[in-house]
Amino acid sequence: MGGNIPPCEQGHEMKLYSFLSEKKTAVMNRWYDAILNTYPSDTSKFLKGQKNPFMNPVGSTTFHAIESLYEYLVHGEGKDEVPLFLDNIIRIRAVQDFTPAQCVRFILSLKETVREELKDEISVHGLQYELLEFESRIDELSLLAFDIYMKCREKLYQLKATELQRWTYRRLQKADEIYKEECVYKDIHNEVIEFGRKEVDK
Amino acid sequence: MAKTPKPDELSKIDYTPPQTAWTETPTVYKEGVWCFGAKPKNLETLHFPNPREWRVVDEDWKLPENWQEIVLNGMKERLDKYRSFRVFMDSCVRCGACADKCHFFIGSGDPKNMPVLRAELLRSVYRGNFTLAGKILGKINGARPLTLEVLKEWWYYFFQCTECRRCSVFCPYGIDTAEITMMGRELLNLLGLNIDWIAGPAANCYMKGNHLGLEPHTIVGNLEYMLDDIETVTGIKITPSFNRKGAEILFVTPSGDLFADPGTYTCMGYLMLLHELGLDYTWSTYASEGGNFGFFTSNELAKRLNSKIYAEAKRLGVKWILGGECGHMWRVLNQYMDTWNGPADFLEVPKSPITGTVFENAKSTKMVHIAEFTADLIKHGKLKLDKKRNDNLKVTFHDSCNTSRGMGLFEEPRYIIDNVCNNFYEMDELTTREKTFCCGSGSGLNAGENMELRMRGGLPRANAVKDVAEKYGVNMLANVCAIDRAVLTASMDYWVPSVKVTGVHELVANALIMKGEKERTTNLRGEPLPGMEGQE
Repeated sequence: MGGNIPPCEQGHEMKLYSFLSEKKTAVMNRWYDAILNTYPSDTSKFLKGQKNPFMNPVGSTTFHAIESLYEYLVHGEGKDEVPLFLDNIIRIRAVQDFTPAQCVRFILSLKETVREELKDEISVHGLQYELLEFESRIDELSLLAFDIYMKCREKLYQLKATELQRWTYRRLQKADEIYKEECVYKDIHNEVIEFGRKEVDK
Repeated sequence: MAKTPKPDELSKIDYTPPQTAWTETPTVYKEGVWCFGAKPKNLETLHFPNPREWRVVDEDWKLPENWQEIVLNGMKERLDKYRSFRVFMDSCVRCGACADKCHFFIGSGDPKNMPVLRAELLRSVYRGNFTLAGKILGKINGARPLTLEVLKEWWYYFFQCTECRRCSVFCPYGIDTAEITMMGRELLNLLGLNIDWIAGPAANCYMKGNHLGLEPHTIVGNLEYMLDDIETVTGIKITPSFNRKGAEILFVTPSGDLFADPGTYTCMGYLMLLHELGLDYTWSTYASEGGNFGFFTSNELAKRLNSKIYAEAKRLGVKWILGGECGHMWRVLNQYMDTWNGPADFLEVPKSPITGTVFENAKSTKMVHIAEFTADLIKHGKLKLDKKRNDNLKVTFHDSCNTSRGMGLFEEPRYIIDNVCNNFYEMDELTTREKTFCCGSGSGLNAGENMELRMRGGLPRANAVKDVAEKYGVNMLANVCAIDRAVLTASMDYWVPSVKVTGVHELVANALIMKGEKERTTNLRGEPLPGMEGQE
């Protein structure tokens, strides 16, 4: 997290954070909608409407994760768990119909959300500098998100390789045994000088 | 009464342009979702049409010139032959009850994975060609012509359905979308459009009796490895018989159990249990596959591949057949084998020689699921079990689609687990029994190249496992299916890495106190038993 301590923890009076705190529900809803709108419209309706986490793991995981990320960004809470929350969302998006950029873009969409939702407050109270600082924190998250995305994709390739190994292990074991049984040592005149051992280490 | 919008809703204007209708939305073929096309040698072996080299990414799929005629004739033939197919084509009212029940839709978010829409892929062509309204009204009636784009879309989406039948549980009309997928795949196979992960195993099975193409000596060899491992763990040397005429029982299991971990541990479980009982049974190196990838291809091929089971039972002169832990194998055996290749009037109604229980449920097929057999043994107190040997495990149970929705096998595996493990936790009831979520890789979709698809499909199941892992510390996912054992291992590795996968009879074998066994220090995986750490 690059030592980026939120101002609320530093003891500074920063107005933007109190607005972010006050308008949490509105910002969260808008951010959530923006993420769900990355899916086809029939799907986003389902993701918004179905509240049961077992029937709708994508929607419920996404909502809980961004809620926790928001808590971290605004109040500095749950710092250690930030990679886990990001992982929960990205692990899903990494296997869906998204390009790498589309997969992690949901974090950056919080910037647009905050600019829109707190437009008046930012302009009336002159909070542009504070907004820049807040947005830098979002940028940090998006870099971390990219690391996590890569880990998920590497895991997919690893799964393919591991599965292949699991399927070929017994065949290789058998091939190894045949090879050892038939191992015959010959000299330069092609005379047999020693047979390979018949017993095989298992 | 219309819902009155709230002020903040009124102020929000949706600038998103209306999306295209599903028929106008082009399909994007994504690598990681589709499987490789069937190789010509496998189609030739099976005597299937249009064997040729082709690649999914190529524009030209090398179809016969009259491919539309072939498909439409094939459709007509099936509409006449299967009344259910015609009823399912006619009766959907698009109520949407199935829409959000599919694991592939839930995990992928792709609307064409809604069961209703997957069925519409076929239904739209049905309307345009086989109904008067569709012929006259065309698009207004939801009809569309059979174009190459439509055909490719069929191929893409009928191989994104695992035929799990969860959607059918929720359909008020009882439409079985799995059967629609089956018809879709049959039609595609008329043009040589199978996937190789299905055609390859089916060809192996046709030539050698099992999906992996294991020849008799290899089957024996693989089992010998397991027997050596059993001897290492228990000190007991087991010598099962093969192809023995006059045995009372023929044992048939999916060949996956013979080959790859963790299925092999389940197979060791069968060997140990059947030895301990002193059962008069035999393995067959010919009927060496309970599974049936023909079932994912066509009714005709499924019947052809299944025929060896009764034939071998007759040749060996056994009284009845016992079957290992598998999913789709049991849907085939329980619902189709009897009418395809029966009647098995040369066999007797299965009766456990240990307990005397007559398996009335298998009166017609003469084949008993090993979970039923073992649950009966435990119920009659015929097994000595030490549950503590499984105390390192916190187990949950995944109902396989086919054993649960296909044959109602709910209680027996749970009863066994309860009797061999001290720590058993159920997943949420919306995800178990007849509402169970598919592993995401069934019906021949357990290839490697479609790993993204498999992970999407596996998400709803994994999500429920994750819940019990977090709440109770569950670390083992038990099941009674060979494909589950293979694919849930990958799915757990991706979604919930702390959870491993096991067959139920591996748990049984670990708890089973065998006559003359040495003091066991490890389980079948070679891991120390609880309290035996450092002594293995």
